[in-house]
Amino acid sequence: MLKWIVLAPLIGAIINGFFGKRLGEKLIGLIASASVGVSALLAFTVFFTKLLPLPVGERVITEHFFTWIKVGNFQADFAYLLDPLSGIYILFITGVGLLIHIYATGYMHGDPGYYRFFTYLNLFMFMMLTLVLADNLLLLFVGWEGVGLCSYLLIGYYIRRQEAGDAAKKAFITNRIGDFGYMIAMFLVFTTFGTISFVAKGGVPSFLEQAAALSPEAIWTFGTMTGIALLLFVGATGKSAQIPLFVWLPDAMAGPTPVSALIHAATMVTAGVYLTARCSAVVVKSPTAMAVMAVIGAATAIFAATIGLAQNDIKKVLAYSTVSQLGYMFLACGVGAITAGVFHVVTHAFFKALLFLGSGSVIHGMHEEQDIRRMGGLKKYMPITFATMMAGWLAISGFPLLSGFFSKDEILWKTWSTTALPHGWGKFLWVIAALTALITAIYMTRMMVMTFFGESRFGKGHGHTDHHGDAHHGDDHGHGHHGDPHESPAVMWVPLAVLAVLSIVGGFIGVPAALGGSNHFEHFLEPVIAHVVPAGEATHAVPATVEHGGAEAHSAAPASTEAHGDAHHDVGTERLFTVISVLLGFLGIGLGAAVWLKNPLKSMPKLLENKYYVDEIYETTVIQPLEHTSRDLLWKVVDVKIIDGVVNGAARTFAGLSGILRHTQSGYARNYAAVILIGAIIIIGYFGFLATR
Amino acid sequence: MIPLSWYLALSAVLFTIGVVGVIIQRNVIVLFMCVELMLNAVNLTLVAFSRFLGDMTGQLFVFIVMAVAAAEAAVGLAIIISLFRNRETLNIDEADLLKL
Repeated sequence: MLKWIVLAPLIGAIINGFFGKRLGEKLIGLIASASVGVSALLAFTVFFTKLLPLPVGERVITEHFFTWIKVGNFQADFAYLLDPLSGIYILFITGVGLLIHIYATGYMHGDPGYYRFFTYLNLFMFMMLTLVLADNLLLLFVGWEGVGLCSYLLIGYYIRRQEAGDAAKKAFITNRIGDFGYMIAMFLVFTTFGTISFVAKGGVPSFLEQAAALSPEAIWTFGTMTGIALLLFVGATGKSAQIPLFVWLPDAMAGPTPVSALIHAATMVTAGVYLTARCSAVVVKSPTAMAVMAVIGAATAIFAATIGLAQNDIKKVLAYSTVSQLGYMFLACGVGAITAGVFHVVTHAFFKALLFLGSGSVIHGMHEEQDIRRMGGLKKYMPITFATMMAGWLAISGFPLLSGFFSKDEILWKTWSTTALPHGWGKFLWVIAALTALITAIYMTRMMVMTFFGESRFGKGHGHTDHHGDAHHGDDHGHGHHGDPHESPAVMWVPLAVLAVLSIVGGFIGVPAALGGSNHFEHFLEPVIAHVVPAGEATHAVPATVEHGGAEAHSAAPASTEAHGDAHHDVGTERLFTVISVLLGFLGIGLGAAVWLKNPLKSMPKLLENKYYVDEIYETTVIQPLEHTSRDLLWKVVDVKIIDGVVNGAARTFAGLSGILRHTQSGYARNYAAVILIGAIIIIGYFGFLATR
Repeated sequence: MIPLSWYLALSAVLFTIGVVGVIIQRNVIVLFMCVELMLNAVNLTLVAFSRFLGDMTGQLFVFIVMAVAAAEAAVGLAIIISLFRNRETLNIDEADLLKL
């Protein structure tokens, strides 16, 4: 059953890939959406009828597809693992994925590469599901690389545009750096634990169980665990766009908007968080790695948020917002609130997919205009898009009771009250995170105000659309390029509406206890997430990993009661912080509205508009030196002079030597006979000499 | 009875004539005959030693040499014929394509 969740989109991709050229648009869209639909249906069925009825500690379903590699004691299978963590992931991946597929059938209408687009999109779904359902690090890596490949193909989807190709290469190469870390981490896991599986196999406990059982006093534990955790985090920084490898994500917006929504907001970029949560047993063993993760996460969050303040491309604003929100997720992982991080992944998938699809609808309605300076007043032209995007905007800004409010509030509170980091760090990181929340509300308000409110600023200068936008080559919308903005068709706004509803109510799966909820989400995830050892305490960590049998339930129980104890203790403070974050959200919205309603074209600091010159810094410190060394040293000196010199020199030496030797070849048979004779005489003489001695 | 040394001396003389002939002669046929002469000089030595030592192995060798010589004559004559057809000459020095 699990394997069909994964394989259904692959079948769709194969059909569309091989026969799509001859199928009509309707059929292609139907095949692509149906294959994801089947996958979603199966995912929901398995989740609710198979996984949920199991007792809390034993919610693990494994399925062996086939043995892939078996060498010595190394084993990697195509085997799938469904537990609460991967369960949540497949639900929102297939659910949001299905909505985006349906939306894309409308958005990509009339595009000559229609079948190609859906082939890639289905292939992506296959790879993403492989990633989250994999039961070992190597199969996870297959999915990890696969989504990277599909991301590359889809960013560069508009093959005629130079910047799309450049952005695709940038994304791929940047991700390779992260993948390098992942691979080394994988090798290290194998040499340390002798297995890379997440589940016990052939009597060998999974590396997660082994890691959880390690004594924290062992001197080597600390170093190796820090190494593995940090290298995994390097992989995560690439895939999930954290400092210093975040540069590819904003450029990735050169791809079609549904791709930005699916891959670069909702699913693929959260793979890093998934990896961290999956390997939490290793990560929590290393306070250093967690501190690094928290600091990088917080730094990325505020860094990207400030850049988002000054962007004028609607998709760029959302891209930086995504980077910033991913920073939040890693901050949560770093402070030991991994469940809160995953919770934010889910709510973020809802509202960011919504915002991206909404921006796609705007771009579509504006005839490929992406610059919010040339929008304004769109709410009367596109009421449905406006209403749905409102939901996303309020959710990400932390408006009370919407999904983003609960998850972000959870992260902020867990950051303040963290026990995983040295004293005082949590407070400092909280300040950064709270500031980021404020800035998030401001820039999202700015984007919404500039797009939907005020006077319309289009109609006069429509000449510059050519170098912007998802230029639909061969665009044959019946209404030409100079019509008024129009509302998108139902096939596009229905997914928007569904996502809007999810963005509004999605947070109620994880209402914290302090607000009168029972945080189902956290309790559901608890058995698969390792618990954090408070900094400075060398107590035995709870071995809460994926395993069969009753030992699991036994060990998870005291941990959750402990968590309850904490919660009761600080209810007052937690509520106070909730109030603070609500106030911050309102302040941000108010500030944004006050500034940009009055002057929508207010100029922003150049430093922010140019993204802190990070691309330029990389250009001068990494790319230029690399290029110079490659061209002036490696090519012109090492290759041309040394390598070619050695090869050509050897050839010339032999040519010279044979030039001398060729004179012995006179061509006269009698000469050769004479040489043979002389040789014979010499040999006979030699033996004669030996005999007479 | 003729002593062994006479046979060996005769054989040495024949062999030397063959060697000198190969080196100084230009006519391919003569050259070829000189090679045969060398082979037979060796045969004579082998037979003489065989008789002198009372060991039949030497005479056995002679048969092998004669068989090889026959094969060599067949191949050699074929080469000479094809050389003549191509070059209209029997002068060995004119067949010098191998020279630089």
